Amino acid sequence: MQHIVIIGNGISGVTLARHVRKLSDKKITIISSESEYFFSRTALMYVYMGHMKFEHTQPYENNFWKKNRIELVNGYVEKVLPDQKTVSLSNGDLIKYDALVIATGSKPNKFGWPGQDLKGVQGLYSKQDLEQLEKNAPNKNVCKRAVIVGGGLIGIEMAEMLRSRDIPVTFLVRETSFWNGVLPSGESEMINEHIREHHIDLRLGTNLKEILSDENGKAKAVVTDKGETIDCDVVGLTAGVTPNIDFLKDSGIELGKGVKVNRMLETNIKDIYAIGDCAEQHEGIGLRRPVEAVWYTGRMMGETLAQTLCGNPTEYNPGHWFNSAKFLDIEYQTYGWVFSERNKKEYEEHFHWRHPKEKLCITIAFHKDTHEFLGINNFGIRLRHELFDRWLNEKRSVQYVLEHLKDANFDPELYDSYEEAIIAKFNQDFNQNIQPKKKSWRRILKLA
Amino acid sequence: MSTLDKSMSLAGEPPNALNTNQKISVLIGMTGLGILILQLFNLQLGNSALWLSISLLLIFLGVFLFSQAAYAHKHEGIKNDGVWFKSISSRGVLGWLTGIALTGFYIVLYFYPEYLGLVQDGDNKGVIALFDPLSKALSGNPASQWFVYGALYTLGILAFGIKFMWKYRHNGYQRLRTISVMFFQTAFAFIIPEIMARLNGDLPYYDLKNMWPLNYYNFERYRINGFIDAGDIGLAMLFFGILSIFVISPILTYKFGKRWYCSWVCGCGALAETVGDPFRQLSDKSKFAWKVERWVVHSVVVFVTLMTTAVIYSYLGNDTSKYWLTKSTFLIGVSVILTAVFAWVMIFKRDQLQKDAQYGAIGYFTIIAVLIGMHFFSGDGNIFIFKSNTLRTTYSFLIGSIFSGVIGTGFYPIFGSRVWCRFGCPMAAILGFQQRLFSKFRITTNGGQCISCGNCSTYCEMGIDVRAYAQKGENIVRSSCVGCGICSAVCPRGVLKLENGPQEGRINPTEVLLGNDVDLMELVNRK
Repeated sequence: MQHIVIIGNGISGVTLARHVRKLSDKKITIISSESEYFFSRTALMYVYMGHMKFEHTQPYENNFWKKNRIELVNGYVEKVLPDQKTVSLSNGDLIKYDALVIATGSKPNKFGWPGQDLKGVQGLYSKQDLEQLEKNAPNKNVCKRAVIVGGGLIGIEMAEMLRSRDIPVTFLVRETSFWNGVLPSGESEMINEHIREHHIDLRLGTNLKEILSDENGKAKAVVTDKGETIDCDVVGLTAGVTPNIDFLKDSGIELGKGVKVNRMLETNIKDIYAIGDCAEQHEGIGLRRPVEAVWYTGRMMGETLAQTLCGNPTEYNPGHWFNSAKFLDIEYQTYGWVFSERNKKEYEEHFHWRHPKEKLCITIAFHKDTHEFLGINNFGIRLRHELFDRWLNEKRSVQYVLEHLKDANFDPELYDSYEEAIIAKFNQDFNQNIQPKKKSWRRILKLA
Repeated sequence: MSTLDKSMSLAGEPPNALNTNQKISVLIGMTGLGILILQLFNLQLGNSALWLSISLLLIFLGVFLFSQAAYAHKHEGIKNDGVWFKSISSRGVLGWLTGIALTGFYIVLYFYPEYLGLVQDGDNKGVIALFDPLSKALSGNPASQWFVYGALYTLGILAFGIKFMWKYRHNGYQRLRTISVMFFQTAFAFIIPEIMARLNGDLPYYDLKNMWPLNYYNFERYRINGFIDAGDIGLAMLFFGILSIFVISPILTYKFGKRWYCSWVCGCGALAETVGDPFRQLSDKSKFAWKVERWVVHSVVVFVTLMTTAVIYSYLGNDTSKYWLTKSTFLIGVSVILTAVFAWVMIFKRDQLQKDAQYGAIGYFTIIAVLIGMHFFSGDGNIFIFKSNTLRTTYSFLIGSIFSGVIGTGFYPIFGSRVWCRFGCPMAAILGFQQRLFSKFRITTNGGQCISCGNCSTYCEMGIDVRAYAQKGENIVRSSCVGCGICSAVCPRGVLKLENGPQEGRINPTEVLLGNDVDLMELVNRK
């Protein structure tokens, strides 16, 4: 019986294992040193905030693995030996494989800042990081101030976590506005306001220069490039993540930023594959980046590779880009491509609407000349994924999308809706006369 | 890692230690409660009306100010910070103490009302006497233990309803839903029945929104007689009672799911949603609990059906000339209805039931058929082997008191807020059955956006593992779902939405989520 060994029990490794089990009887082993059972990494913040217990982040009951004959090995892979088709663990165990899947995910970036390895300095990615944070910042008496470095999604999550325990937070963001490498300026500006409303000391256009140590080798302050020294007990390093592949250095597997794979998710060595955050496409697919550290791409790669391993060779072929996040209280979803000013394509035109009082806004990107709908960012309004996927497939015009915007609304019932206001603004901005169509279940569900 | 014990340790105290205003409001509320408790010792405070007003007002004010201090200064949004660190909401010492106190209160209320000051044939004493002026103002009668309970129940729903609305003030669905349960409790369950009793002394106490089988006593002889004696109004109410079972509730459930009742109207639901809200995350989500739930709740339905049949049967006669409805006609009627329902499900909806549900349905149907068949062999008064009265008292003791009151509410801080609705309520089971089989209601999931974080499952008061569906992109159609909407509210990615749409594709298991290219989706779905 073929033995599939998966390194890493994150979403991609576990999805792969589940689908292989659905499709076959192969022997499956998952190796992880992070946690006994699969949990949802994205939910770690809620454990610290007291919304959930760690057990709640585990999507499957503990007996699930035995029942589905997925063997779990708690261990740390030190080396991959492709010649012998074996992996060696740090405790000396050797595990033989017929197919090896690397699904080791990411680790937080460190850019060689002086003092980055001091006590009290940490990232936020693994279960161990969370345990570390619980030690470093249990409350506002032990941690009188925290400084977070890096203006992305993990940074703002960490700020929210610490604020939930009333710990003062200074948030250093290199960019001139929060996440403006990704978000258009109107949206980024709104999030800046929202961060400040939550009493987070947001410092834009500010870099970390060094972290100062006290006599016990623990962080006591940070120095910024503006010459300021900020006393603190905890430094959160959240300046992005990189693939977690150091253990593969001498294995002969081709590495770039991540493990190089083709569209079949194969590495340069036969029977070794890589999926999830640690996999790097030779070239980005469509406008996507070669490495995509997103929950759902990991899941999709797992689904795809399971097909390949079970005798149905399948290319990894992600559909339209989408994503979502939550900035403190503001939900964000995006479908298709809306680029920030920095990365905007020359044909890309934006329509932006923001509610006069509430923290709600949308940005729609469309083609200047053809008016083809390219993508939408929505903040504080929920929109239906399926419809935007369909509209992107059908290459609908921006006018069509606005006309049918009521179909796409996914807000809870009895919420205020803003389609009329959005369309009015669009008509005004672009001198159009679009009339919103009433919501239709027939259109939404494609009932003839 | 366990962060659960943090509230008991010196370091890492819960983030949400009470602020000064909350401490003051606790003092205010507890003073109000203290006045009631002092009455237990039969202290004569003098002017009952005055002291009752002071007490209720202080309790209300305490909860009101507490919520204001908790939420007013915060931004609109989800406010579950520290829920699992607090002793009261994570089965800590305070949780257990509250559970024990509530359970104790229910035991006294149901079985030893004399300790509350109830006096048969004489003036009330103690706490109950304190409520006499209010009761007399409403219905003209002195208070009973049920009146005291009803008043406190309503007060709880109103005060904690305001707290709930404050907590979810960003959410229109939650605001309106809460106003609705507050209204139905105050008007329909509390004030209207009392006033009706005053206007028409013969009419049995009738909470109009409370339908059979929740009010399993509705078709008992004394009530039927009461209705009939009260003339047209009584007959109209009797008719309404029957209509609400067979017509009104199925139509509303078809259109809106069982939520129109369970989380917008029902008093038990109202208490769970307001007073019980801090405990919703304690419900058990395991597969085992789900299995127990299915068997227990449906057994209760079968039991309540048998019991009601037996009770009605027991006071019907055999002589057609006296009254058209005789024992035999009635039993045949019941059999026809049950057979029709059973046949409809088994012929048209079998695919939607799991194996054990099918076995259960067949088993229950056989039992009922056999018992009804035995009617023709058993003597008068001895129906279904048991005496109808034995059935009736067993039910009212085990289900009516122990389950719905003592465990259902008393164990809020241990098993979560909807234990009764989940495991015991026959009404919820019947509506759930309708919801599962022919409603337009479902919870839809938003494409591939789910990140399996588990907020939805954690905060589901009905113990549904919402995430299990959401991460597969499946619609959620579960008998037990009361449509409270909290899963949708707490989802950080906007994945869940309560919808009343067309029935096509309502239950659609897909194994691959949106996002992959279409080929792969087709391939996997073909399996």
